[in-house]
Amino acid sequence: MSDGILKLIEQKFGSQVEVQEKSSTRAYVMVERSVLLDVARFLLQEHSARFCTASAVDTRWGVEILYHFSLDLANNIVTVKVLAKKPFLQMESLASFLHAANWIEREINEMFGVQFLGHPDMRRLLLPDDWPEGEYPYRRTQR
Amino acid sequence: MSQIVPIGPYHPLLEEPEFFTLKVEGERVVDMDVRIGYNHRGIEKLAESKTWDQDTFLVERVCGICSTSHPIAYVNAVEDLLELEIPERAKYIRSVVAEMERLHSHLLWVGLAGHFIGYNTIFMWAWKYREPVLEIFERITGNRNHYAMIRIGGVRKDILKEDIPDFLKAMDELAKKNEMLTKAVIDDPVLHARLKGVGVLSKKDAVEYGVLGPTARGSGYDIDVRRDAPYAAYDLVDWQVITFQEGDVFAKAAVRLLENAESIKIIKQCLERLKELPEGDFFVPVEEIPVGEGIGHGEAPRGEVFHYVRSDGSNCPIRHKIRAPTFQNLPSFKASCIGETIADVALITAAIDPCYCCTERMVAVDVDSGKRLFNGQDLVRLCQEKTERIRDKMKG
Amino acid sequence: MALKNWALKKSPWIFHLCTGSCNNCDIELLECLTPRYDVERFGILLVGSVRHADALIVTGALTRQCVPRLKELYDQMPKPGLVIALGQCACSCSIFKGSYNIVGPIDKIVPVDVYIPGCPPKPEAMISGIVKALGKL
Repeated sequence: MSDGILKLIEQKFGSQVEVQEKSSTRAYVMVERSVLLDVARFLLQEHSARFCTASAVDTRWGVEILYHFSLDLANNIVTVKVLAKKPFLQMESLASFLHAANWIEREINEMFGVQFLGHPDMRRLLLPDDWPEGEYPYRRTQR
Repeated sequence: MSQIVPIGPYHPLLEEPEFFTLKVEGERVVDMDVRIGYNHRGIEKLAESKTWDQDTFLVERVCGICSTSHPIAYVNAVEDLLELEIPERAKYIRSVVAEMERLHSHLLWVGLAGHFIGYNTIFMWAWKYREPVLEIFERITGNRNHYAMIRIGGVRKDILKEDIPDFLKAMDELAKKNEMLTKAVIDDPVLHARLKGVGVLSKKDAVEYGVLGPTARGSGYDIDVRRDAPYAAYDLVDWQVITFQEGDVFAKAAVRLLENAESIKIIKQCLERLKELPEGDFFVPVEEIPVGEGIGHGEAPRGEVFHYVRSDGSNCPIRHKIRAPTFQNLPSFKASCIGETIADVALITAAIDPCYCCTERMVAVDVDSGKRLFNGQDLVRLCQEKTERIRDKMKG
Repeated sequence: MALKNWALKKSPWIFHLCTGSCNNCDIELLECLTPRYDVERFGILLVGSVRHADALIVTGALTRQCVPRLKELYDQMPKPGLVIALGQCACSCSIFKGSYNIVGPIDKIVPVDVYIPGCPPKPEAMISGIVKALGKL
């Protein structure tokens, strides 16, 4: 991967991140919850990455959240993975400093029940008004 | 005294219907909010219950206008997972279909924008010129929309050599008409007066909200997946990315019209190349999908489409995330609409190309009495009357 | 009644309602108004309010959030009014069958007079469907 950006991340955050390079254009970075915001700021501000979107996957240990950052000039997509552990499912919010993450965090909140701490505007986005509270359609337990 | 103007919720021509609430003071919009979800069909969840091959057809139905961009982004993701290289012929065919889709989508938008500002001539022209594109689609793929052309590992149908001269001829004719239409819009002094400086989205806001596609390129934010992360045949042909710095409605219209000319250029180069390549070699069979994850993106007419898939080795994905461009573009209304007049809001919303039909169902309600002030047609009328006023002023 | 039917057949006004479609049927419906097909010359007109309409064209697979709106709009339509289900989704939910947010097809909620299947139906099919619907009166 160009730029050596993965090396920079490893140097800066040390043992709190685990870098996995999949191909010349895709990389995955597993991070601890405590450094998520710092890694995001590092990518956005120092390397002018573009926030594409976030995905969430329900796993046995919790909800895995993947933040996809695109480095357009280098044709790279760096995905930052972080685990919101069961049973509390909480995560720091990127939306507090990044408008682009606002809606997707609202979506993950209603689909998976992950609480984003510090989100400015956590209302319902996609599900109908009469959808029962506490039911999260994208969880594994839902049919 | 501020009033609330609800817009929506039904907008038949949207990917994502939404319900806007405008807070207005007199003519000025001071705050704005949006509620989406009327069209939420749970496609991501459905995708987990369908097989990898069926998903191509499912994601096609995310949106009827970008109905080849989503499959392309999806197969890009799966091919990223598989680390698969597709045959050259398939690459060119994918590019042809994707660019034709951009053509018809941009023409559609230009027509609708014309209708909004009271230029119904442009509406009728643009939609008339869109018909030959749909006809070619019908000949290539068998359907006017929902082409079902893409499959994992290539494309589903070949473009026959004997058809190519006809397509090239049709493209030449369309190029002339598109040039005429472009000039009619870009050189018209009334349109300059009406569209310039309206709904400006600055580059800073564009970057902050992460807007995509023509909305970003109209604001000087130079991103295009086709150039930045070439897929299909975009690195094999010669074309340019169109950007404008102004960020107003006029810039967005100009970006789209000039992109049409680039699309025609790409299609013609691809068709010429298809003449030389051997027929028949347009896919590689894919037997099974291993464990892993893949990311794919592609440039739809409205901006970047993003797909993420994860496989556990079975015949269905265990997670399929879809991010349509409007999901990023819509929140930028907060930056571009506030401070504008109500007559322009319909136009600014239309300029991002998610919605125009909303205006047919807009109702303005006086908060205190609950009385109806405007309906949708009134808002279109307001928008058109402003054009008339500008035109009269310029005559006099 | 005869006078009413005559008036209806002469120039049917149509209100179009999307209940969670992918846009395609909606675009193709609009296509009918443009120069190639131009149904306005037969007096078929898209109107902005259901209270003015003689026929309600419904597209889409009917999401949960749209159910109360569909009922309300159906009640507001002057009777006798036709309901036309346009596209495969409105007829049978198509590929979206089984989703947690889909209630449809729409004939579960309102009575449907004419079904126009297809994904999307061609404009010719739509015109033919509307003509058949008028024949029912």
